[in-house]
Amino acid sequence: MRLLFWKNVKMKVMKKTDSCIMEHSKITVNGDPVFESQSETFHDFAKDAYKSLELNYPKFHKMDNLSKLAFLAAEMILKDEDHSRTAVVLANRSSSLDTDFKYQESINSQENYFPSPAVFVYTLPNICVGEISIKHKMQTENAFFVLDEFDEKFLTDYAEQILLSGKAEKVLCGWTELFQENYKAFVYLLTL
Amino acid sequence: MENLKTELKHKIIEVLNLEDVSVEEIKDTDPLFGGGLGLDSIDALELIVLLDKDYGIKLADPKKGKEIFQSIDTMAAFIEANRTK
Repeated sequence: MRLLFWKNVKMKVMKKTDSCIMEHSKITVNGDPVFESQSETFHDFAKDAYKSLELNYPKFHKMDNLSKLAFLAAEMILKDEDHSRTAVVLANRSSSLDTDFKYQESINSQENYFPSPAVFVYTLPNICVGEISIKHKMQTENAFFVLDEFDEKFLTDYAEQILLSGKAEKVLCGWTELFQENYKAFVYLLTL
Repeated sequence: MENLKTELKHKIIEVLNLEDVSVEEIKDTDPLFGGGLGLDSIDALELIVLLDKDYGIKLADPKKGKEIFQSIDTMAAFIEANRTK
């Protein structure tokens, strides 16, 4: 009986309800361009996007670039709905290396040794998941994987397990890669 | 002293990335924590680094930060009395 139930559940098809792509100073939601900037750096692009989209979340300015990327992409599809039962499964290639280097610079020289606590707290890739979770009061599963390349099947399989377990109703999935000025975010919402 | 207070406001905005806050909005007696600036415990640690880096003050007991970082007034008075650069 239990096996039959599991089989029926497994047959449910996952639905991708919304998606967002951010790259080359441009944000696209469900295939439609929603913001574009002439900024030459990611920092300026993110700031322009924050202002233009009227996000009104001052903590955004304190985030590192990886968190800004993931946060902005997530904001585009999470909006103001209740996401307490939404899980987050993200991945990238460069982990938090961009911020790791910045932190290293602050402790390189003995004469100018001033490690920054505010930079240090971002020297883990899953901090961006935390920022999204805090903003949307998410209270279920989350994971961040470091992979050689975007593997949609891997992320979908992981998300499917979370959804089938009943621990979440939706999963925010995707790729949030950033190192220096090279970045790309592709995030999407999955449900059963 | 007034110059130091203005300098501190500029530095706090820059170091703590308070992009939406202007110097004019920070009053000398306003509480830095628990008030409108929305500062947290990581910001307190950054202020300790700022004291060391810019004014040569090493805060041996971080608990003292609670008194020192009450407002721009208290912070400026502490720097004035203890600065080594």
